[in-house]
Amino acid sequence: MTTPRSQSTAPAPRGGSLAWGGPALRSMSTAPALLEVRDLVTEFATRDGALHAVNGVSFSLQPGEVLGLVGESGSGKSVTGFSIMGLVDPPGRIVGGSVRFEGRELVGTDPEVMRKLRGNRIAMIFQDPMMTLNPVLRIDTQMIETILAHERVSEKAARERCIEALTRVGIASAPERLRQYPHQFSGGMRQRVAIAIALLNRPALIIADEPTTALDVTVQGQILHEMQQLVREAGTALVWITHDLAVIAGLADRVAVMYAGRVVEQGPVADVLDAPAHHYTRGLLDSVPANNTRGQPLSQIAGMTPSLLRLPAGCAFRDRCAAATALCAQPVELRPLGPSRQVRCVHPLVVEALA
Amino acid sequence: MNAGLTLEIRNVSKRFVKRLDVVERLAAALGSAVREQVVHAVDRVSFEVHAGEVVGLVGESGCGKSTLGRVVCGLYAPTEGEVLLGGEPVRLRADRKPALQMIFQDPFASLNPRMRVGDAIAEAPIAHGLVKRAAAPDHVAELMQQVGLDPSFARRYPHQFSGGQRARIGIARALAVKPSLLVCDEAVAALDVSIQAQVLNLFMSLRQRLGLTYLFISHDLGVVRHLADRVVIMYLGRVVESGPNDALYAAPNHPYTQALLAEVPRLDRRQRHYLPIRGEIPSPLAPPSGCHFHPRCPQAGARCRVEQPALLEIAPGRRSACHLNDGGTA
Repeated sequence: MTTPRSQSTAPAPRGGSLAWGGPALRSMSTAPALLEVRDLVTEFATRDGALHAVNGVSFSLQPGEVLGLVGESGSGKSVTGFSIMGLVDPPGRIVGGSVRFEGRELVGTDPEVMRKLRGNRIAMIFQDPMMTLNPVLRIDTQMIETILAHERVSEKAARERCIEALTRVGIASAPERLRQYPHQFSGGMRQRVAIAIALLNRPALIIADEPTTALDVTVQGQILHEMQQLVREAGTALVWITHDLAVIAGLADRVAVMYAGRVVEQGPVADVLDAPAHHYTRGLLDSVPANNTRGQPLSQIAGMTPSLLRLPAGCAFRDRCAAATALCAQPVELRPLGPSRQVRCVHPLVVEALA
Repeated sequence: MNAGLTLEIRNVSKRFVKRLDVVERLAAALGSAVREQVVHAVDRVSFEVHAGEVVGLVGESGCGKSTLGRVVCGLYAPTEGEVLLGGEPVRLRADRKPALQMIFQDPFASLNPRMRVGDAIAEAPIAHGLVKRAAAPDHVAELMQQVGLDPSFARRYPHQFSGGQRARIGIARALAVKPSLLVCDEAVAALDVSIQAQVLNLFMSLRQRLGLTYLFISHDLGVVRHLADRVVIMYLGRVVESGPNDALYAAPNHPYTQALLAEVPRLDRRQRHYLPIRGEIPSPLAPPSGCHFHPRCPQAGARCRVEQPALLEIAPGRRSACHLNDGGTA
């Protein structure tokens, strides 16, 4: 059982951040999830057939909760984020499942409704801030536009809010910086501007796709610190997509590990990282240099990620798994493991009694 | 095989100068304040890589670590100082048997997409006369086996390989001329964790089998900790600290090293409150006076703003450039 941020002296985020059932839950049964993703399937039409980048992903998020979505390249973690935002462009399309946000179904909804939600109730932060920023427009033009697109306020009031947002993400002399162009900012500062834009309309949910991967260690530390503060103060829920388990360890309440388009394991961060139940999570943790004796060969996962067009039947990991048996060729469902965890494995490393 | 050559980097500086164009020269002649812009990418760096040793060169972007790697390989001429390999200047050796090879972050960028990988691997040893053209396929097969690639893939093109396999091709190409020293510039930075582990293991087993020496350039302290015998930390063109791996990680001396180690996200740190150091790396066009780190340093004093700290020995084999070791910062 976990109480996320229990060490925190800051006020608890609104609505409570406990996600999965448990004895300590307040009003859990009545509080609906902020985001509910069920059996989401996103496929890309290729010359070799339909490629299922996201293949039945399910998870849910409470208001104010931080979920780490972890996986290696090609695991479908980014496409999951884009699918929630309704940003999957042809040849990709969502072919199944549902995404419910604040009780409203987003899959197949009117593009105009999605447009009103994006940047307003749901915001996204990309790995490359230049995906958010227009290089030929001044920062103030872009930020004020974000506010005026969703609200009827005076330009003066909007500008005030922009200055406030920039100051909040740690940008000094915001009024002057607001009049500059993106190229006048360093990489870390650009990412801060992108974060400030995401926060402008006080969204209920932010989806962050590897926003610190391209940054230096010291700048990454600053931005993680600021993100932590900001979501805590505003009670914003956060989906943090990354390949770096160590970032998740310090930031998230819960973690979902993806492999070949599916969630293979999810649960509270401490439980999953200390006692992973899926063999892929175990392998991933074991191949981190810090978890190995110096000078000894790193333990490694055999083989490589299978092509999404030629996934083995049943468990997609079984070709690389030491514990695989004939049972693994059967389709495997994501099954509960204890009150707060789920795992997609017939031979889990942690059995329910211990969880 | 060139067994056991020591690499000596002696007082190397590399400055990049943006020359004035015609209009700017005219403006300068008429009294305008236009100046040539000088970037001190590497500023009087000295250290050695002994034969058979793995030295990790660590720093954030813009600290000059890649520039230094290129100077070491002879791709850039140093503005000052010299790089010696086995007592001979590297740039003079370059025409002869190459004892030193570089492995880049993105192997795909250094592979000709229209060239079969077998030909790409064989190209350099044939050009250097190490292998006869007729014997090249055998040499290629041996190299591919050495780096864990199926030799039957030699007739494939680069786009048919995954990221990890391309990294292996890059390594095979570097090994093809039988170097004694490999300069790896962020060689595993672009790889997924599970693939990164495989490639790091390959580096370690090659070191044992071939007696290779490595200068391993990386921003990733975890990777360097695992691989290196000795670590050199750079900040804004200068070495701020160096020492044996264990001692340096156990008790970092320089405030920058301390901050760097504190910032690294770790699996065993949960729900922590990040307490980051302030600011970003200043522009190398206008580096701060005195100690380059003083605007961000929690312990900086008046002396740090005016006087550049010397890189002093603080323990056997350990050096650090901080006034705290040398009479205080006041």
